[in-house]
Amino acid sequence: MTAKITSLGAGLMERTGRMSSARKYALLFILGLFVLSLVQLIAGTKQLTAPGTWGAALRLTVPIMLAALGGLYSERSGVINIGLEGMMIAGTWFGAWAGWQYGPWAGIAFGLIGGALFGLIHAIATVTFAVDQIVSGVAINILAAGSMRFLSSALYTADTGGGATQSPRIQGFIGTFNVPLVSEWLGALSDRGWFFISDVAGIGAGMTTRVSWFTLLALVLIPATWWLLWRTVWGLRLRSAGENPWAAESLGVPVLRMKYWGVVISGALAGMGGSYLVVVQAGIYREGMTAGRGFIGLGAMIFGNYSPFGLLAGSGIFGYSDALRLRQDSVHAILLLLAIGLMMFGTYSLFKRNYQGSATQGVFAMLFFIWWFTTDDVPGQIVTATPYIVTLLVLTIASQRLRFPAADGVKYRRGEAH
Amino acid sequence: MIKKIGLAIVAPVVAFTFAVGVAVLALLAVGVNPIEAFGLMWDFASTPTSVASIINRSVPLYVAAVAVAIGFQMKLFNIGVEGQYLVAALFAGWVGGSIVLWAPFHVLVVVLVAAGVGALWAGVAGLLKVTRGVNEVVATIMLNFIGFSVIGFFLGNFFSVDSGALNQSTPPLPPSAQIPGLNWIFTLFGFAEPRGTELQGFVIIAILIGIGYHLLVWKTRFGFELRASGMNPGAARMAGVNPKKMILYTMLISGGIAGMVGLSTMLGKLHAFTQDFPRGLGFAGIAVALLGRNNAIGMALGALLFGFMERSALILDLNDIPKEVVQIIQGVVVLSVVIAYEVVARIVKNREIKTASDATQASTAGPQEVTA
Repeated sequence: MTAKITSLGAGLMERTGRMSSARKYALLFILGLFVLSLVQLIAGTKQLTAPGTWGAALRLTVPIMLAALGGLYSERSGVINIGLEGMMIAGTWFGAWAGWQYGPWAGIAFGLIGGALFGLIHAIATVTFAVDQIVSGVAINILAAGSMRFLSSALYTADTGGGATQSPRIQGFIGTFNVPLVSEWLGALSDRGWFFISDVAGIGAGMTTRVSWFTLLALVLIPATWWLLWRTVWGLRLRSAGENPWAAESLGVPVLRMKYWGVVISGALAGMGGSYLVVVQAGIYREGMTAGRGFIGLGAMIFGNYSPFGLLAGSGIFGYSDALRLRQDSVHAILLLLAIGLMMFGTYSLFKRNYQGSATQGVFAMLFFIWWFTTDDVPGQIVTATPYIVTLLVLTIASQRLRFPAADGVKYRRGEAH
Repeated sequence: MIKKIGLAIVAPVVAFTFAVGVAVLALLAVGVNPIEAFGLMWDFASTPTSVASIINRSVPLYVAAVAVAIGFQMKLFNIGVEGQYLVAALFAGWVGGSIVLWAPFHVLVVVLVAAGVGALWAGVAGLLKVTRGVNEVVATIMLNFIGFSVIGFFLGNFFSVDSGALNQSTPPLPPSAQIPGLNWIFTLFGFAEPRGTELQGFVIIAILIGIGYHLLVWKTRFGFELRASGMNPGAARMAGVNPKKMILYTMLISGGIAGMVGLSTMLGKLHAFTQDFPRGLGFAGIAVALLGRNNAIGMALGALLFGFMERSALILDLNDIPKEVVQIIQGVVVLSVVIAYEVVARIVKNREIKTASDATQASTAGPQEVTA
């Protein structure tokens, strides 16, 4: 029991976003930008930091980030959510249906509700009936895909302009905005072609020009989640349900209710991510349009060590490489980026006296460098696979340092103390 | 004993009834007479052609379910069957189409390559879990996506006969690498021969896989250690079971079986790996494993049920009934069956606890009446 209490303490006392670590990550970020512009200089491309690339990257990041954020609520309350993909599918369908009927903002609301509905099913199965969480999640995915297809073929008859696999176009669209002044200044600066400065400006311009209001809404959810989960009583209770439900229950926390909250919010956010795909990106529902983004969100969340800012970084990597995939000449430069990145990581490992790790990273860095040097282009499929490979690599390197909620995935029944 | 079997059967029956109930509601909601729809499905599915088609559809589902189930036995989740069978089928198709051999050996080589590649692909996840502690669920999901890219890459650049073709494919398998059909079985038993569909010979290998799975899990030391690790990893370790070895071996076996999922279609029908090779069998296999509760026969019934539903859905389409209602049944049945199993398991457990406590009370209540 003592061990349990200490572990509870360790989990709940952690403070994400402490100053020292914030400074560390900021430094890392600037270093990353520097490497990016260096690679760009050597490889002779402009695309890596072009505003267009980063604008697209932002748009591609948001749905993954919303799914990841959904995963965060669920897993922090102690319920593994493999069903994110299914909840996201529900979000795309409901988002498109309401968008077609009432316009884009209704689309967001309905996407949210549709996802929450499947979140509720997952909660009933895993929390009330204590079914294995992965099993239930898999079932949710099958159920969501099937029932959305049924709804499509039932509602989108030929005269609506839709069909069994796609919806009619949604009405209208969500407006965009330029951040006043900043957008123009950075845009002008990025055109100058100055090393590093113009590159950073290009990235900034991409992220401040023609930003959808929905994107802004989604991004605000990151700090809001951090505040809600780490700075409020409600958040403490939710996390305690995921760290040590037995101790939490003995202190009067309504553990089952907190888990319900976690899983339903999880579904709502994943559904919102789905509706983003419809409302901001495609303007239409197409079957299979989520393309595994729910799973990717799950990966991004684990990558980000179950923290809101971490999962933003994780989703960003997916979004960025997705954006680059469409820009052929920049793709080749990614190899050099990987080589230099691994080289730096290897040096860091050497510094930390992890000789074996350093050697492996060094070898891989050399391989990537040789690959970059001896070829002129990269097959598109490799670029598609990059985010998944990166996630696997990061998990391989950092898995032991990830700290998942202590009671994540545990079947918890009221009154069944261990 | 009878009570035990009864409880095991009651869960899937209740779940299936519930799923059909949901489907009835869905059909009523779109203005279709459910009785008419189910009648159409049944009539259509009971012709010999449909029976052959149902078996053909259920074979890959069954193999996929076995692959998943072997991991489930030790609470190891191989979500990556999807990627494993596709990558395996690609390489097996390429090797099979590129070499020349005598008939039985040629088939054997293709099967071995498929199993080997599947095992390797799953083994990556196993190795990562054992050496670096990477969660196998996430690793296999990532490997699925990487696998899809690998397939596109190799099929597009190296393995394709005609790289300009719309539907790229590996070199066609020569007759020596094809498994002949089994339609003669129908005539043997006096039924009409299926028309336009060939009962795929791979069904025999699938049955062997099922028997092998059952024997492995219940009659070998490995199977015992597998189940022990699933029920109580701590106790298994104390008893001398090496958890890392178990994880790695289980992942390899699971992947090896997964590698053979696509073979029934490839060796019996398509005779090549093509760009439009059937997908989604891995995920459906997970559903079948859940439905059949990792039991060799239960999964066979589950696979046949899925095969039946997919085949009979075709007739709904011709009658302007949304055939997707079948997918609702599939989804609901999987979810409600796991809930039903959980509830039944709890009833059984409570009953056992009650029996045990009655027994202990009866024995302690006698001479010394000290306990409060």
